[in-house]
Amino acid sequence: MASSEPVKFRPGDRVTVRVENPPTHYRTPLYVQGKTGLVNSFWGVFPNPESLAYGGAGTPKQPLYRVEFAQKDLWDNYKGRGTDKLMIDIYQHWLETAD
Amino acid sequence: MSSADQHNGHDGHDGHNHGNHAGYYSRRAEAIQALLIEKGICTLDDILRMADQIDSRTPEDGARIVARAWVDPEYKQRLLADPVSAIQELGYNLPETAPRLRVLENTENVHHLGVCTLCSCFPRAVIGRPPDWYKGLAYRSRVVVDPRGVMREFNTELDESVEVRVMDSSADMRYLVLPKRPDGSEGMSEEELASLVTLESMIGVTHAKSPSAAARQA
Repeated sequence: MASSEPVKFRPGDRVTVRVENPPTHYRTPLYVQGKTGLVNSFWGVFPNPESLAYGGAGTPKQPLYRVEFAQKDLWDNYKGRGTDKLMIDIYQHWLETAD
Repeated sequence: MSSADQHNGHDGHDGHNHGNHAGYYSRRAEAIQALLIEKGICTLDDILRMADQIDSRTPEDGARIVARAWVDPEYKQRLLADPVSAIQELGYNLPETAPRLRVLENTENVHHLGVCTLCSCFPRAVIGRPPDWYKGLAYRSRVVVDPRGVMREFNTELDESVEVRVMDSSADMRYLVLPKRPDGSEGMSEEELASLVTLESMIGVTHAKSPSAAARQA
């Protein structure tokens, strides 16, 4: 039976993306690493792509969330409106509860 | 890029095969395909079926879906709540292997646009292959930093009052943008409305065509 990580976050939770640069395949771009945003949606659990990429089973499966960031929190001198957002899907093992 | 790329230039490593300048990438794809089959990960039939499925979808399919959502508010609600079932109503069966799908609605107040900064994730199962610029480093790196500037290069100006939401599709979800129904399109038939929906507008870098612009092009 496929094992899954327990779901830790809910929409509205403040989360910070971990800073890591493993020498392997991963799906968390550098520009959101270390940044804090809000969980926007929970999409269910999915096989971990970091395992799938090397022929693994993707277990334990990882909860996947859409996380939204204020653009002004991502970029210095962001040119758009203060409420502009960036949304991105992040697997749970890359997220920590924000301080 | 890699040294293999450089070898694909004009230094003669291609030998007699100079006509085939897709060269490096097509040979690499063929090698990966051969390995996948040899290792039993998938069959040639699987690969051909998937390619056929993607090739059978075009932006016109997306335009039908969008136009239906514009004329039928209840359909739009179903499309936003459960896109796969709503698309099925119009006769499109997404393969089970297709990534999950969400639809992002553009309104007077909110404008979404899509990108995959890591590679080229795209709702292929619904609207086929992405345009080349979508896969290019320039779009992928710039649209997240300056979405309004990139849209201006697509000749699309957004009002300051509109909130821009860039959607970086990086994982198991794919996103289709439902463009805002253009002003002046009242009274148009569903088929006429579909002709206003462009691939760019379903990525979100432009609005759907205005009826007057569409008439000028006709």
